[in-house]
Amino acid sequence: MTDIQITSPVSAPRIGESAPRPDGVPKVTGAFTFSSDLWHNNMLWGGTLRSPHPSANIKSIDISGALAINGVSAVLTHTDVPGSLLYGLEHADQPVLAADVVRYEGESVAIVAADHPETVRRALAAIVVDYQVTVPLVDPEAAEAAEPIHPDGNLIRRLRLRHGDQNIQGEIQVEGTYEVGMQDQAFLGPESGLALPSEDGGVELFVSTQWLHSDRDQVAVCLGLPPEKVRFTLSGVGGAFGAREDLSLHAHLCLLALHTGRPVKMVYSREESFHGHVHRHPARMWYRHHADTEGNLLRVEARLILDGGAYASSSGAVISNATCFAAGPYLIPSADIDGSVVRTNNPPCGAMRGFGAVQTCIGHEAQMDKLAAALGMDPVELRLKNVLKSGDKLLTGQIITGTAPVAEVIKSCVEHPSTLVQSDDMMSLPGGAGRTADPQHIVRGQAMAVGFKNLLFSEGFDDYSSAICHLVDGVATITCACAEVGQGFVTLAQQITREVLGVEEVILAPAATATVGSAGSTSASRQTWMSGGAIQKACEAVRQQLLERVAAEHQVDLDDLVLADGQIVSLAGNFSLSLAAATTEPLEADIEYHHAPTYPVDENGQGNAHVSFAFAAHRAVVDVDPDLGLVKVVELTTSQDVGRLLNPLQAIGQLEGGTSQGVGLAIMEEVLVTDGHIRNASFTDYLIPTALDMPPVEIAAFIEQPEPGAPFGAKGIGEPPSISSTAAVVAALRDATKLELPRVPVRPTDIVQLESDAS
Amino acid sequence: MTTNHYTLKVNGKEHQVADAWTGESLLWVLRERLGLPGAKNACEEGECGSCSVRIDNEVVCGCLVLAATAVDCEITTIEGLAPEGELADVQEAFIEAGAVQCGFCTPGLLVTIDKLLETNNQPDDLTVREAISGNLCRCTGYGRILEAVNLAATKRREATS
Repeated sequence: MTDIQITSPVSAPRIGESAPRPDGVPKVTGAFTFSSDLWHNNMLWGGTLRSPHPSANIKSIDISGALAINGVSAVLTHTDVPGSLLYGLEHADQPVLAADVVRYEGESVAIVAADHPETVRRALAAIVVDYQVTVPLVDPEAAEAAEPIHPDGNLIRRLRLRHGDQNIQGEIQVEGTYEVGMQDQAFLGPESGLALPSEDGGVELFVSTQWLHSDRDQVAVCLGLPPEKVRFTLSGVGGAFGAREDLSLHAHLCLLALHTGRPVKMVYSREESFHGHVHRHPARMWYRHHADTEGNLLRVEARLILDGGAYASSSGAVISNATCFAAGPYLIPSADIDGSVVRTNNPPCGAMRGFGAVQTCIGHEAQMDKLAAALGMDPVELRLKNVLKSGDKLLTGQIITGTAPVAEVIKSCVEHPSTLVQSDDMMSLPGGAGRTADPQHIVRGQAMAVGFKNLLFSEGFDDYSSAICHLVDGVATITCACAEVGQGFVTLAQQITREVLGVEEVILAPAATATVGSAGSTSASRQTWMSGGAIQKACEAVRQQLLERVAAEHQVDLDDLVLADGQIVSLAGNFSLSLAAATTEPLEADIEYHHAPTYPVDENGQGNAHVSFAFAAHRAVVDVDPDLGLVKVVELTTSQDVGRLLNPLQAIGQLEGGTSQGVGLAIMEEVLVTDGHIRNASFTDYLIPTALDMPPVEIAAFIEQPEPGAPFGAKGIGEPPSISSTAAVVAALRDATKLELPRVPVRPTDIVQLESDAS
Repeated sequence: MTTNHYTLKVNGKEHQVADAWTGESLLWVLRERLGLPGAKNACEEGECGSCSVRIDNEVVCGCLVLAATAVDCEITTIEGLAPEGELADVQEAFIEAGAVQCGFCTPGLLVTIDKLLETNNQPDDLTVREAISGNLCRCTGYGRILEAVNLAATKRREATS
């Protein structure tokens, strides 16, 4: 082959390199516009009146006092909703504004628009709602048999999974019941947005979300408008982690803008944010594992119950994940697993990073340690003996056709040398300087855990993403409605475009419903695969068009042409044209990318419901002050199956960040709910890890085994770090304390064995 | 509402605040009246550090200060960390180290870290962790942020040596 002379090699990073974020500079200078930074001339402020009761009948709502306040432009209730009063992510069961009944503390009852947030506050206080308070249903175990709190009933979904020979019994059996508290996503950027009435009678909304098109479709139905008159544009998103999959203020802002004919901005306070979005499902899980005396897993039995709170949200999919992945990444010939998610008058629960697999990982990994102890076997050896491999069958009957390097993630994680250095600084003790009862009593524990999860949407959902590639004058513009929530999609979009087209400059157009089709949700670790795939295909289509055009215009053989580093060259070496010169006339491709089909599970929970799976392991080292119950996580090590590493720097960030959320759930994060009331709706009382709580996170290995069918072979990496991290930390706490610790988060009172609610 | 008219000096520039309710926080006035939204509104009760700004060289939470009490003070926000069009060493380090994800905590962290390095350009790990423990970050797990502080500290030492 003739040497190809590249006159202007593309220097910007491509696939596999640590590309800097295109939104990095505006984010460090303060110039980046988050949804709470939006501003418009003549803008009003919106606010929401929320129910103080978890369960009540509404007898009347009097808005006259609020309307009389100077500066108030609108006070709206359910009677002002022109379309459907109900919305919902999977099915519409939640009122835009409560009409006759409220089902959780914080449910929206009325909305206000006024000239100043303080006027809004006064107007909200002036609305008189006559509630007939009823006894809330707060016990998920009692929910199914209880009087329905919603016309759709209290059982949201039950899955029964039966796999293999149901008569198998193991010589060794271990049992355990585990509980997981309610975790909050605690993204930093509060729910916020700006709605503008349009001249055609429609409305525009600038908002932070995970899925623009789903939001738009849900809101349009409630507004009684055709979807094309409801235009949603992504505004800067300050983190999401699942909590922005459901609507919050979207419909309210649109209603207020349409009603007042003016731009309306709304920003939730932190307290309101805790009431205004779904949380991670609390779980109660019973397990029994059967094994032979050699440590071969034979059968698993489990009963899982998740508290869905007042409305369904994505609970149906969460319980499916929890049930299908209940036993972890192990080959088990027989299973009997029941999973239920029920309605209560507790805060609604829905998507959060790890989506059902976090709760069950805590259960199955505790069981594996218990089983190892019963067998007198090393817990790592027990796991390695039973790990899933490619070609193995899941408990759903599905054969893993892709990569499954479970043994590799476990081995690389546990064999990674610890870099722990004993600090003599008192600040590094559990509780910090001066807060440890007796430094001599500190005990150290170490343990590991492994977990896995499906990537992409499952059970027959027609999951796709859309992207447009426009190439002119050597500059590519990508339009995709994928929500950048911090995970780094914008970086990857540029890397993929450069990789395929060899262009230096890639412009990312705003994500908006008006300009491009749906990208699906930024969830389920799916956007690298789905929107990454859509961009790859759109760029490839443009490349093909370009080569065909050049071949025709310059009478060169199409098969002899390649596009490399900003040049179109012939392999024979007798033709060369710069990309810029070849694209004075624009080229464009609009692509919809679908993943391989999946199927719903049958009545036994069997079926090819998932596309692909990713695996991660964590090893945790903890120090515990047994006198005060204080805990310090001193080191975490992780390995993850990534398929192929597309941007090492961003991948490290995802692993460290997901791990910190797992640490939070293990030792400090819980939305405390008493009789349906959230008791800690603030960052004063809901604790997330600070820099002093987080240990160094060692990345032992990125296991790279390219996934067949995935664009560039890459697996999504966002969720696995938050799955095995909690289980590893809790296992290390068990190792240190020799206590059972069946409840997560582990509280100081659990360690010192006091009743937490002794008062 | 009692309203007032006062002047604030932000990033070396005088800003007139007209017809403001005196109950407005500095954070709100910066963001909604002066068009300086760099300081962020994550908790608005002094817990998360997203709104960290400097008043007369001390780092404070802008949400806990009434704007009207900051008259006659020098206020520095993220927008004033470097001259327009340029990046401060800490800002460059954040990009280089991958310390930015969603970016909502970033301005507050940068203001805090800039002040830390001004007083100590060779902080050890625990000192950095303590210094930024009032700034919550939900995305990063802090690893890349600590890396960025190391990078910036090295740059600052080199610049002053």
